[in-house]
Amino acid sequence: MSMFTEAEAKAILDKVIKLSVADECNASLGGSINGNIRFALNNVSTSGIVSDTSLAVQVAFGKRTGVATINEFDDAALERVVRRAEDLARLAPENDEYMPELGKQEYLPTPTYAQSTADITPEYRAQVAADSIDPCKADDLVAAGFLSDNAGFSAFANSKGNFGYQTSTDVNFTCTVRTADGRGSGWVTSNYEDVTKFNAKDDIKIAIQKAKGSADAKALEPGKYTVILEPAAAAGLISFMMFGFDARQADEGRSFMSKKGGGNRLGELVFDPRVSVMADPWSTDAPAFPWDGSGVPRKKHAIIDQGKVAHLNYSRYWAQKQGKPMVANPGNLLMAGGTKSTAELVKGTAKGILVTRTWYIRLVDPQTVLLTGLTRDGTFYIENGEIKYPVKNFRFNESPVIMLNNIEELGKPMRIAGDESNFAMMIPPMKLRDFTFTSLSDAV
Amino acid sequence: MDRRDFMQYTGFGLAGLMLPGFGRAVAAETLVTPMDVALKKAMADVALNAATGAGATYCDVRVGRYLNQFVVTREEKVQNVVNTESTGVGIRVIANGTWGFAATSNMTSAGVAAAARQAVAIAKANSRNQTVPVHLAPTPGVGEVSWRTPITKNAMEVPIKDKVELLLGVNAAALKAGANFVNSTLFVVNEQKYFVSTDGSYIDQDVHRLWAPLNVTCIDKATGKFRSRQGLSSPVGMGYEYLDGAATGKVLGPNGLISYGRSYDMVEDAIAAAKQAQEKLKAPSVKPGKYDLVLDPGNMWLTIHESVGHPTELDRVLGYEANYAGTSFATLDKREAKFKYGSDLVTLFADKTQVGSLGAVGYDDEGVKTRRWDLIKDGTLVNYQAIRDQVHILGENASHGCCYADSWSSVQFQRMANVSLAPGKDKLDVAGMVKDVENGIYIVGAGSFSIDQQRYNAQFGGQLFYEIKNGKIGAMIEDVAYQMRTPEFWNSCAAICDESDYRMGGSFFDGKGQPGQVSAVSHGSSTTRFNGVNVINTARSLG
Repeated sequence: MSMFTEAEAKAILDKVIKLSVADECNASLGGSINGNIRFALNNVSTSGIVSDTSLAVQVAFGKRTGVATINEFDDAALERVVRRAEDLARLAPENDEYMPELGKQEYLPTPTYAQSTADITPEYRAQVAADSIDPCKADDLVAAGFLSDNAGFSAFANSKGNFGYQTSTDVNFTCTVRTADGRGSGWVTSNYEDVTKFNAKDDIKIAIQKAKGSADAKALEPGKYTVILEPAAAAGLISFMMFGFDARQADEGRSFMSKKGGGNRLGELVFDPRVSVMADPWSTDAPAFPWDGSGVPRKKHAIIDQGKVAHLNYSRYWAQKQGKPMVANPGNLLMAGGTKSTAELVKGTAKGILVTRTWYIRLVDPQTVLLTGLTRDGTFYIENGEIKYPVKNFRFNESPVIMLNNIEELGKPMRIAGDESNFAMMIPPMKLRDFTFTSLSDAV
Repeated sequence: MDRRDFMQYTGFGLAGLMLPGFGRAVAAETLVTPMDVALKKAMADVALNAATGAGATYCDVRVGRYLNQFVVTREEKVQNVVNTESTGVGIRVIANGTWGFAATSNMTSAGVAAAARQAVAIAKANSRNQTVPVHLAPTPGVGEVSWRTPITKNAMEVPIKDKVELLLGVNAAALKAGANFVNSTLFVVNEQKYFVSTDGSYIDQDVHRLWAPLNVTCIDKATGKFRSRQGLSSPVGMGYEYLDGAATGKVLGPNGLISYGRSYDMVEDAIAAAKQAQEKLKAPSVKPGKYDLVLDPGNMWLTIHESVGHPTELDRVLGYEANYAGTSFATLDKREAKFKYGSDLVTLFADKTQVGSLGAVGYDDEGVKTRRWDLIKDGTLVNYQAIRDQVHILGENASHGCCYADSWSSVQFQRMANVSLAPGKDKLDVAGMVKDVENGIYIVGAGSFSIDQQRYNAQFGGQLFYEIKNGKIGAMIEDVAYQMRTPEFWNSCAAICDESDYRMGGSFFDGKGQPGQVSAVSHGSSTTRFNGVNVINTARSLG
């Protein structure tokens, strides 16, 4: 059994809290049913369903804490997991940063669940694979892809009477299409709560078009170029930058958000004034759970407001130590943009490079958030508003902070989540000047 | 392992424990109590009988118990102590010429038999779309055998108190030596794996691994500049004896640098890290251009991993990983054409038997006895890494023995063996290597890394960089990253130090597959010289 109703979850959690003799107890119960199908070389390679449920119990004697988890839920098992956590807590050294459990909080439900996704069948998954493979086979192309769907719940309770429960679903699809001779490669990604918004037949056309269009790429000299990053290409860089929004790291002087001489850059103009990013768990496009990792209720608020830093992530401990109000850490990033599609941004570009996807992004220098990585699966030269020809892939060395100060134009935000981002995001295609490509790659 | 993984694995409290694959947390004493072999054999036999009874022509069963312990600290604080255990049975079958897999944590006879029948049902269902039946290389049954990582001190038996004292001592030493911040962690892993197959193998293995990373940060408050230096240890297939800091495990390098082989002095390294992080704050920025690079084994391992280990994985070469990890430039036609991967000095071999390595096991996860084989021989691409259902594609009839699953609940597939650069045959130390370098950079430790999806274009950083001028290693420099095209890079290999300089580095969390799995793998080399490599300057200004 992997899905518990709110009443079932609460009954287990209440039992656990009651069993504990520690000063404080927090119990967290989560379960999911994950289905997937993987295909490569135009054949299904693996498919499966994994069900899992887990109970984690954290107890505290003073500032000594212990954690234990279990995946059985009879009375004896519940007793066992509580005693294990208590035994570990008695052995543990004191943690000065331990924060007392939160009192009762109010969590307003957010739209993270769609029954349509929970109802996905093995036949549906097989059909998605067929819808991806068949048009590729017919066009002498080779498809490799992965569909993963998830339905789950998350619940928690503590000894101070706090309780939360919410269900969620998620479907994530990626497909790489390559020409049979290996000269062209295209890719597409989709991620939704509600699978009725997903259409593999439409998606695969994008990957096919990119694969055929990217064959016979020409080499351009590396250097600084005007680029249009599609949302999937920009998401990995922007989400990496968000690691730097940790208030403690900034206050400690080891983040690009640190201020010379001490403190952080909250309130400062760090980005182009056209950059605005919100957190809003009730977003219908990219919702998030109504609580963060420490159980603090999330709110709608600005993270970057017209280029100014409006929010840094504080842990409960650091907020208290610094005398700051506790604001929940965001669960989504909603970046403002314009109304133009990627194609319309291309039309307005005299010379530039269109980037479908970025890959293997790694931090080179945390001081400046300098990131390196490569373009992949469709990189094209633009001239006079038209895509002229495919170009060979580039390695970039660029900071998203510099990127977001070199904005020419932002397009219409699209949802990106799953493999491409740590967050559910709404992110626009971005036209940027002086994007730094440092070398060419022969990879297709 | 990427940063995201590290953040997760060292996460606080519940968030760090709710990850799939980590299993349930257990009390410390549970970690040193092995499962009864007779019980495992009985369970596996139930699965074999149920699978063959349902129509399987082949079946293997892995009864797995996976134990992990993490101790995470920063400065004078213990942030987390976690023990986890995950136990269950994974059953893989061939029915109608097609693979099927199912796994269960229900270790009753009924539960195991049901999972075996489910695996057969999945195989039969998938066989409707199978175009070519599975071709399995023959593997002789080995009967009842066992293998254990040759450890002398089981890290699971060392009290948590001792581990906490070690790490807090490391942190105190770094702070005293001038560090502003320090994080240190211990990861202890024990895989107890019992493999049984219809070939007649009953293989009981007890695999141990250990990793002790640290990271020191120094800050110049006046300029706002900060620099970090990570520890120079390696994750190892060893017990707690790795942390004894024995003199025999140390290598004294140029400029007083100490590197570590089969033993690690964590306190000594933390003190050096604090001093070197301060030096990094003042070091001049590199002038970009072409340099002769002299790469310490602590830097080499990651370059070998990305530019040789991954491109010679046969499933990537064939296209099975095209949607995730990528494909490979080292295609089968290149092997036919005797592709010159590197200079004549370069021999790179795969080896699942190297003592102390992360990948060392007696038998892989499909019961194949492990061994060593060449991938690049005297510069020429000669082979790949392949498992039982792949080697026939290479014209071979025995698996290379590099199949692995990261859990009883994950299906085993081809994973990278330890891939290492053979040491130079002629006597040569670092000083001897450097003496005719006119304009070079000596790089120690692994840093930032990125490579394209066919493994051509890569960029690597490091922990410490020293300029080499007219045959002498000089002052520290900063902001260095080298860029390469894999074949040109390995063909620029001009010298390799001898066996006395040979050390292994490695990755504790190498990711592959969808759904993703991790594996641990080591890469050995001696210090190696590459001529005329492109170096970029990574310094930027945010205004």
